[in-house]
Amino acid sequence: MLAASVPLFLLVVGLFLLLVYKPQLGRRLSPRTWILAGGLGLPIPILAALTFYAFWQGEYLLRGGSELPADLVRIEATGTRWQWVFRYPEVEGNPSTVGVLHIPAGRTIEVAVESDDVIHSFWVPRLAGKIDAVPGHTNFLRLRADRPGRYGGQCSEYCGVGHAGMDFEVRAHAAEDYLNALGPGEQTP
Amino acid sequence: MKPETSAIELHRALEEIWGTKPGLTRLAAVNHNVVGRRFMLTSLIFFAVGGLLAMLIRTQLASSESVFMDAEEYAQVFTMHGSIMMFLFAIPFFEGLAIYLLPKLLGTRDLAFPRLSAYGFWCYLFGGSLLLAALVAGVAPNSGWFMYTPLSSNTYSPGINSDVWLLGVTFVEISALSAAIEIMVTILKLRASGMSLDKMPIFAWYMLVVATMMLIGFPPLILGSVLLEVERAFDLPFFDPTRGGDPLLWQHLFWLFGHPEVYIIFLPAAGAISTILPVFAGAPLAGYRIIIAALVSMAFLSFGLWVHHMYTVGIPHVALSFFSAASALVAIPTAIQIFAWLATISHGKPRFSIPMLHIFGFFFVFVIGGLTGVMLAMVPFDWQAHDTHFVVAHLHYVLVGGFVFPMLAAAYYWLPHISGRQPVQHLSSAAFWMIFVGFNVTFFMMHLTGLRGMPRRVFEYPPESGWETLNFISSAGGFVMTMGFALVALDFILIFRFGRPFHRNPWSAGTLEWAMATPPPSYNFASLPTIDRRADMLDPNAIGPHLAAGNGLLAWPRGGRMELLAIDMVSGAPEHVVRLPRQTFLPLWTAIATGCFFLSLLFKVYWATPVAFVAVIALFLLWCGDTAESKDVGRLPIGNGQELPTHIEADRPPSWWAMVFAITADATAYISLLFGGLFLWISAPNWPPQDAHEIGLSLPALAAVTSTVAAVAGWRAAASLPSSTGLLSLASLTHLATAGIMLWLALTSVPNPHAHAAAATVFVVLCYAALHSLMGAVFAGYGIWRIRSGFVSHARSLDLRIGAMWHGYSALIAITAAGFPFLLSALASEISR
Repeated sequence: MLAASVPLFLLVVGLFLLLVYKPQLGRRLSPRTWILAGGLGLPIPILAALTFYAFWQGEYLLRGGSELPADLVRIEATGTRWQWVFRYPEVEGNPSTVGVLHIPAGRTIEVAVESDDVIHSFWVPRLAGKIDAVPGHTNFLRLRADRPGRYGGQCSEYCGVGHAGMDFEVRAHAAEDYLNALGPGEQTP
Repeated sequence: MKPETSAIELHRALEEIWGTKPGLTRLAAVNHNVVGRRFMLTSLIFFAVGGLLAMLIRTQLASSESVFMDAEEYAQVFTMHGSIMMFLFAIPFFEGLAIYLLPKLLGTRDLAFPRLSAYGFWCYLFGGSLLLAALVAGVAPNSGWFMYTPLSSNTYSPGINSDVWLLGVTFVEISALSAAIEIMVTILKLRASGMSLDKMPIFAWYMLVVATMMLIGFPPLILGSVLLEVERAFDLPFFDPTRGGDPLLWQHLFWLFGHPEVYIIFLPAAGAISTILPVFAGAPLAGYRIIIAALVSMAFLSFGLWVHHMYTVGIPHVALSFFSAASALVAIPTAIQIFAWLATISHGKPRFSIPMLHIFGFFFVFVIGGLTGVMLAMVPFDWQAHDTHFVVAHLHYVLVGGFVFPMLAAAYYWLPHISGRQPVQHLSSAAFWMIFVGFNVTFFMMHLTGLRGMPRRVFEYPPESGWETLNFISSAGGFVMTMGFALVALDFILIFRFGRPFHRNPWSAGTLEWAMATPPPSYNFASLPTIDRRADMLDPNAIGPHLAAGNGLLAWPRGGRMELLAIDMVSGAPEHVVRLPRQTFLPLWTAIATGCFFLSLLFKVYWATPVAFVAVIALFLLWCGDTAESKDVGRLPIGNGQELPTHIEADRPPSWWAMVFAITADATAYISLLFGGLFLWISAPNWPPQDAHEIGLSLPALAAVTSTVAAVAGWRAAASLPSSTGLLSLASLTHLATAGIMLWLALTSVPNPHAHAAAATVFVVLCYAALHSLMGAVFAGYGIWRIRSGFVSHARSLDLRIGAMWHGYSALIAITAAGFPFLLSALASEISR
């Protein structure tokens, strides 16, 4: 989008300056041609292409980058003022962690996002887009870390004075380490 | 008598009637020159306060180790910065500009309802002062300028902070709604003779579209604010998910207003460009008709995009993609305007001057804002950028580019009109470059800060985040920009103090506002013009002296009356003479009573609320005395051998249209309320409610009958004058009966409204209907009073015809309100099955 925006910006501002100093250059075109070419001819194809591409991208992202895999990992994230609590219903013992989200690398995770109080927003910039935690609703977000590592996450909807400190960390583990990380004694970061 | 003497005598005679008197009587001013200037000056003071708050924000964010403000202070500062700039600067400023300019551009002497604009100004001043007082007292709103619930609800904001926002902003919005009605009626009915719709100056077209959008856009916000305040004050759970409410209802109501709001702010500025740019291009505006088509389509589209503020709340992707496409589509009418302006330049002999420099600023900044807007309209991109500093950068590019730069151009362009003096150029261009460079340094960096993941509304950030350098550059740019604005302020003072006086029309414009002395006399035109071509291609230098000498219409005042001309909406043929009310303190008193109403709610002195409400109604009834006629006037000569009736005896005068528009706004709020209830049924958790409705059929059916009788009686009363007091008494009684039934149902038959949103919604709908029927009783009683005092005759039936509209409308409200509980409980039982 940046690649398309820069020429469009230069075109419009350039035309403005050019025409103010050398209006005769634009006089060959009638006002009608100007308006139809610039107001309809220019934006319609660009916008149409962009909208369809964005729709396709959105569908792709919603599936976590691929068709829904059979080994989807389900995790629950609950925002409360001012921390994130994560629960792992598929792991034995139903463990929970605060402020740290453990995930297996290389698998698609479906996070069910809820809130206990006000609206928060769950966001791990490097792994996925964001989804709001709205009290009374459950929203779903799919994310996937291809490699083990640590990824920063934060609340991105203003939720009161503790909002700036409402961050968390995603730790993506290799498959064999994932369950260990959630084992007894490892649950609090 | 020589023409010169006659022109001066004419001026004295008109000034005696129209002019605002000195001393304390200034508070009684209703003249649009005075009220428009007051609006603009007050909004500039609020702009300065909002700018100061922005400087506090930039100081806080300049470093990661800032200990300048704590989180709570920062929350109040960013909430107030947004709220002030939106509600107390942008909207009131263009309202002031429109109030000042429109009568001049349209070739008339004042707005349709001068007292209403004065009342609007006082409401704006008092409501805005309430917000500022809260800021000084440290209890300013602190939930962000869009006040998302549940953060702004009682549970999480127990203080009066949120109440200040809800009540203060609603108080201010009274002025926006009154200005919307005022502007629509003035443009549609009070243009110069012969100025058909397709000869209107383009600025009037822009303002007509804007005013219509305000009329439809503000009621959802006002309704949302009322519901949230009712939830906070009386614990009726509309937004509380534990009791069948939904926080998303607030977001829908807010953005249903909030998105059109962006265009409501942009279009007046674009209108100013469409007026100014052709003057400096030296060519008439290209594409007049296609621009109008673009405006209208923009207005329609803008009401279908609000969901693009809500891409991350969990709405299904396919639904989002419709709003995404609509959001992209809105770029087309914008592009049409931009290329129409380019076409205008290319077909003229452009010259650069200070207003043109600011228009260049507009092109540069607004195009970037538009392009990032298209990016944000794309759902996957927005999932990343939403609620980051990228959005902050985008919205400032759109609003500063789309409003502040054009308005600076407008200020430099029309300042000679207000001051009678021409700009001194040197300081002006230095000031422009400081604002322009400062702005881009500040906000271009914010795109990057946002893409690097910095969320909005954080008061601190860790040093290792990598955002510190960008933030520091933004802060430095912000201070440069502020100095630029200070220079503009100084420049304006210098123009008033040292600017060169000029004779007439300093820019060689072709619009009517320059066909008068500057600064303008209170009555604008000594006699009213007749227009035979598009009203931006006129010759003010010829028209001005002609009108000043009294050669136009309605030249000599009669009986100390303020008179102007109303025309046929479409063709512009003269229709009747409008006689305006004189200067009065009533708007001030009414606004003070309105203020007491809001203060009683704010400080929870609920016994005083109905007292203040009755005082407001009583004061409004007193307004009606001024223009009343105790005997039939007949036709009046208007000059050129023509004769017209007065507005009291006309079929559809401005006040009749004002009622149509007021009902439209009210109906928008009512429909939003009903759909709000249905939205909760679809979306909210904890439905269906535990208690079923137990409303019997008989009372709602009776209310439908009584309200219909009131409507028919009110309608017949207007037709069977002068002996209609009996019919009006019947209307009054049946209205009271309807209101009684509605209140009885609300208080006894609805299950506990504190327990569930369904009951709360039904309760509010019934109260809404009761209030409208009570107002119907007031209208009917007012009609009886007018007949008894001899102000009504077969020819002077206007009061009763306006009342009849309300009687019919309140019957519709009552009938739908009577049916609503059954609809909601039928739907709710659908879920439980």
